[in-house]
Amino acid sequence: MSLGPYASFIVTSYALVTAVVLLLIVWIVADYRRQQARLREIEASGVTRRSGRSAADMR
Amino acid sequence: MTLTDLANPTRFLALTTRILPWLAGATAILLAIGLYQSVMAPDDYQQGATVKIMFIHVPNAWLSMFVWGVMSIAALGTLVWRHPLADVAAKSAAPIGAAFTFLALVTGSLWGRPMWGTYWEWDARLTSVLILFLMYLGLMALWRAVEDPSRAARAAAVLTLVGAINIPIIKFSVDWWNTLHQPASVFRAGGPTLDKAFLWPLLVMAIAFSLLFITLHLAAMRNEILRRRVRSLQMMQASSSRTFSAEAGSASCEGNGSKEIGIA
Repeated sequence: MSLGPYASFIVTSYALVTAVVLLLIVWIVADYRRQQARLREIEASGVTRRSGRSAADMR
Repeated sequence: MTLTDLANPTRFLALTTRILPWLAGATAILLAIGLYQSVMAPDDYQQGATVKIMFIHVPNAWLSMFVWGVMSIAALGTLVWRHPLADVAAKSAAPIGAAFTFLALVTGSLWGRPMWGTYWEWDARLTSVLILFLMYLGLMALWRAVEDPSRAARAAAVLTLVGAINIPIIKFSVDWWNTLHQPASVFRAGGPTLDKAFLWPLLVMAIAFSLLFITLHLAAMRNEILRRRVRSLQMMQASSSRTFSAEAGSASCEGNGSKEIGIA
């Protein structure tokens, strides 16, 4: 498959979209893990939700 | 499950846990099919292989406007119905919408250089999309700047609804003004002007990117709910430690008092 004289523009476009989408996924997954860890940390110190259920387990 | 049921964040979290793996799987499959079709699509008789940029540029451009539309509905939910998840939905959608808008602008520029001879032109379509991108960044800054979430929610909702004026301007800019950007070729009266060899990959990619948005949005909403729980627990922690110190302080005063009485 030949991309012609403008191959660099096409490849850069697809590479950029891939990079930004992967960055979004990594950021969201990392944020989820961070929030879960913070919830567990707070609950381990004895502070729990009024319902008495563990917030970290409410997924 | 009704919208009222989803107003409960705990039920919403349970729902996202169930459906997120399915959504992620469907997104990955559709993206793979769309990318395969994009690679296999023939060259355009005028644009050559550069037409392949369209398969990623157009879905990102559609989603940049669609996400603002979702945020506008959420803004109504915040201001009118005071739905507990409305601000969570709007705040979580903003960075994703900003990313799609950024990609639409950059892939458009990368297509424009070989086809128009320029990366950028201050025409109505390009400028209004740039304004949309700046509005996304402004909203994200507003949420970060105001510490009280309910105050931030109301201010952001008003700004989102004001910014929604830009969406029809973007859509119809190519009809209202003389622009370098070409007019609509898919959603137009009289049907699409694209050949099916280009239309199908484009539609598959558009559905795949829409599913990607739904997946990322639900996951980001889940994070935001957890973040707010962390905040409320931290506040409970802070207030209980304050109460404890106050009680300890008053107990120590009482102790001193009784000693004084005893001495007296």
